[in-house]
Amino acid sequence: MTAYSAEFSTPKEDAIEVTGTVLETLPNAMFRVKLENGHKVLAHISGKMRMHYIKILPGDKVKIELSPYDLARGRIIFRER
Amino acid sequence: MISLKSDREIEIMRRANVIVAEVLKELRERVAPGVTTLELDALAEELTLKKHAVPAFKGYNVAGRIYPCCLCASINDEIVHGIPSKRALREGDIIGLDYGVIYEGYYGDSAITVGVGRVNEEARRLMDVTEQSLYKGIEQLYDGKRLGDLGFAVQRLAESAGFSVVRAFVGHGIGKKLHEEPPVPNYGEPDRGLRLKEGMVLAIEPMVNAGSYEVEIKEDGWTAVTKDGSLAAHFEHSVAITKNGPYILSRL
Repeated sequence: MTAYSAEFSTPKEDAIEVTGTVLETLPNAMFRVKLENGHKVLAHISGKMRMHYIKILPGDKVKIELSPYDLARGRIIFRER
Repeated sequence: MISLKSDREIEIMRRANVIVAEVLKELRERVAPGVTTLELDALAEELTLKKHAVPAFKGYNVAGRIYPCCLCASINDEIVHGIPSKRALREGDIIGLDYGVIYEGYYGDSAITVGVGRVNEEARRLMDVTEQSLYKGIEQLYDGKRLGDLGFAVQRLAESAGFSVVRAFVGHGIGKKLHEEPPVPNYGEPDRGLRLKEGMVLAIEPMVNAGSYEVEIKEDGWTAVTKDGSLAAHFEHSVAITKNGPYILSRL
């Protein structure tokens, strides 16, 4: 039985998808992101985006997957232009 | 962490994989127009239990989804993880049979693609190329070689035949678990990636599409089909890397 390739990872199980705006960039490719509902979360950039050198700057609109376990942390999966 | 297997462990895995190979051989003989994939699934389970092993895929959990059957049976544009059903095989279909067992705590995993009755020239060629690409990959499995050498060998053969190699699924390490580290892609660049070591056991499984390599997952959450509806073939062996090179555990 084949294994799923990490690069083509299907959305992580149970993750919640939301959009937000980047407030500040932090070390280690982490970002402070303000969600549309006003919450501020700490988000890191997905491995696939890092691989393709997608740069993220304060003010960018991004799509985020929130972990159901810790709603204060997320994973940036898409940067909107 | 990548586990290296002792000679003793490799011998147990050899036995597990021989059981898989024997079951696949029987399934291959049973494939005919009118046979349903559920019948093949039942036969696989029965044969496995008779050989004192346990089917490995039934109840297998990937990210919270449970695989419901023993066998993966993928017909025509289905690439992998086709769930057996009451669908009857038709003359000219090609069917991928992917099977695994647990024997004395170790996993065996192998797959073949076979034609139902007479198949057309293109389907025949796709199956031949996919099987050859598997062996091209296996030829690279020497201590000191790298995973990229394997991926490159598979990809070059498949693409030079005008086909494409699926990216969304990969081979894997195998041992006390079905899916162990490392992932084994069927594409790559020479002299890149993880360095292979004696004692690794890898499931090498090229999936080759006649059209583009893009895949879609059906509503059942498992069945992977080609996005453009083209045919797909899949072959797999579990292979140990020994000091003398590759040792194909799942070949009779």
